[in-house]
Amino acid sequence: MKTGTVAPILTLVMLGALLGLGAYTFVYAKGWSYLTNDPAACANCHVMNEQYDGWRKSSHRSVAVCNDCHVPADLVGKYVTKGTNGFWHSFYFTTQSFPEPIRATAKSRAIAEANCRRCHDPVVQAMGTPSHAGIPEISCIRCHGSVGHLELSATSVADTWR
Amino acid sequence: MASEETPAPRRFSRAAVLTIAVVAGLGAAAITALLVNIFERKQEARNPFFRVVELTDETIDPAVWGKNFPLQYDAYLRTVDQQRTRYGGSEALPKAPSEADPRSVVAQERIEEDPRLKTMWAGYAFSVDFRKKRGHAYMLEDQTFTRRVQEFKQPGTCIHCHASVYVPYRKAGGGDLIKGFEHFNQMPYAEASKSFTHPIGCIDCHDPETMALRVTRPGFLEGIKALKASQGTPNYDVNAMATRQEMRSFVCGQCHVEYYFKGPEKRLTYPWAKGLKVEDIVAYYDEVGFTDWTHAETGAPTLKAQHPEFEMWNQGIHARSGVACADCHMPYVRVGALKVSDHHVRSPLLNVNNACQTCHKWPEAELLARAETIQTRTVGLRNKAMDALVALITDIKDAKAAGATDEQLKAARAFQRRGQFYVDFIESENSNGFHAPQEATRILGEAIDSFRQGQVSLRPRLVATKAP
Repeated sequence: MKTGTVAPILTLVMLGALLGLGAYTFVYAKGWSYLTNDPAACANCHVMNEQYDGWRKSSHRSVAVCNDCHVPADLVGKYVTKGTNGFWHSFYFTTQSFPEPIRATAKSRAIAEANCRRCHDPVVQAMGTPSHAGIPEISCIRCHGSVGHLELSATSVADTWR
Repeated sequence: MASEETPAPRRFSRAAVLTIAVVAGLGAAAITALLVNIFERKQEARNPFFRVVELTDETIDPAVWGKNFPLQYDAYLRTVDQQRTRYGGSEALPKAPSEADPRSVVAQERIEEDPRLKTMWAGYAFSVDFRKKRGHAYMLEDQTFTRRVQEFKQPGTCIHCHASVYVPYRKAGGGDLIKGFEHFNQMPYAEASKSFTHPIGCIDCHDPETMALRVTRPGFLEGIKALKASQGTPNYDVNAMATRQEMRSFVCGQCHVEYYFKGPEKRLTYPWAKGLKVEDIVAYYDEVGFTDWTHAETGAPTLKAQHPEFEMWNQGIHARSGVACADCHMPYVRVGALKVSDHHVRSPLLNVNNACQTCHKWPEAELLARAETIQTRTVGLRNKAMDALVALITDIKDAKAAGATDEQLKAARAFQRRGQFYVDFIESENSNGFHAPQEATRILGEAIDSFRQGQVSLRPRLVATKAP
């Protein structure tokens, strides 16, 4: 064998390993599921179990999935948000370096807010104007933060409370 | 023919090919590391525990349970911590061990911090020794060595909430929990306590087969049955009929409640047959004619309230919103992909992040300030009520010394009995009003009113005052 062929073969082996491991990891970690609208994908790593359970019991379950509220509605914005959020979620989960309880960033809140208005526009258009003194704009989720996924079950109230 | 022509130029230099190989190799290694990480997280989520020992209904030692559930057990061991909050908790004070009391660390003596307590409990064991509470780990030790047990005759009933009782009760009852309970109730404490070795353990709250929450203490089994019967649900069986979320409070309500010892057989009884509110409980005691002791200074037939955390929580907004004891005192903590409830049971004020901020999206300092405001107001009003009580006691004492008859003192003593129980209901309750702020203030207000009426009843007057 000529010495000149070792380097290309090594390169091909490495590239093959990268491709093979990458493909296997993608399938094993259910990578394709993140490209779908299936809410189960958001609970793949179990961090969102409560929110997922809460959503399944909420009034929104029949009209909206996670993506309807948490990523922008336009196609480009949707996949850009999925990509950036997905990367940082994976990064923090893998390194286990996120604070508890998890909270939405200002950007994520803005996305959710826009989506509330997208569906409920006929009702809220008159409220969204900066008419309240000192408050630039009323936020839907400031009061309705639990409509998508109630984390405490209202049916579980101990009836020793009298 | 000489091959003088230059060789065909290579498409890539050797260095470039090697660089690609190295980069691809590093990439493959990184992906492998990620793959292993994902695998580990998946395994964590799949295996809540490894069964390394068999647990049975006789396994009393928490260390054995801890082999299967190390995360919960490690946290449980940490209840040895002594830490103060602004008004609650305790400090670890060094103490010279003696033969009667070999403890080298204790909590503060409350009756020295607030001598009005001695006046309130005059003639009762609590006026001799009453320290700040410590964590679960100390429950058996602190009961064994308190002067209330060392110097007074106490029944075996007391052990019900100061040890892991399920296994010894069943053993003594020949498999019957209630028979064992009755057996130990009727013994003197010193004799009964020999059969108990562990403070609260896993088996006191958990079914060893399923790990589901389970009420094991007869006091609560019977108490909640009486309460539910009063609310229209006869024959209530808590272990069959309570929801999971209810159980996350009921297992704590097994001990963190008001109680008394009923009859000559000293049966531990939770006075809930008329309801959980303070007036329901006093009405119950008045009806059955129960008195803890006769007040040494006034001769009033007085009652001692005991840590009614469960009762007070039931009157508060957190209970109304479906928040269980465990939600704040044992909040979930994440360990990798696992979520476990924190078995280091403690004040939520020491763990605001996990205990409060899961629901209340405010900064830690703000939440702490809110809780402390409630407690400061409650403690302030409690101090006023204690002063009012001492004033009434002084007046009754003076009237007695001046020759007042029992008949003339009857109303004042009845007001003392009621008001004193109300103050003690807040004094002995371990949240300084937080479990139900408005209810705590109402109770203290009514207590102060009781003392006022008691003092008025002692005045020479044209119209006689009626007892409450």
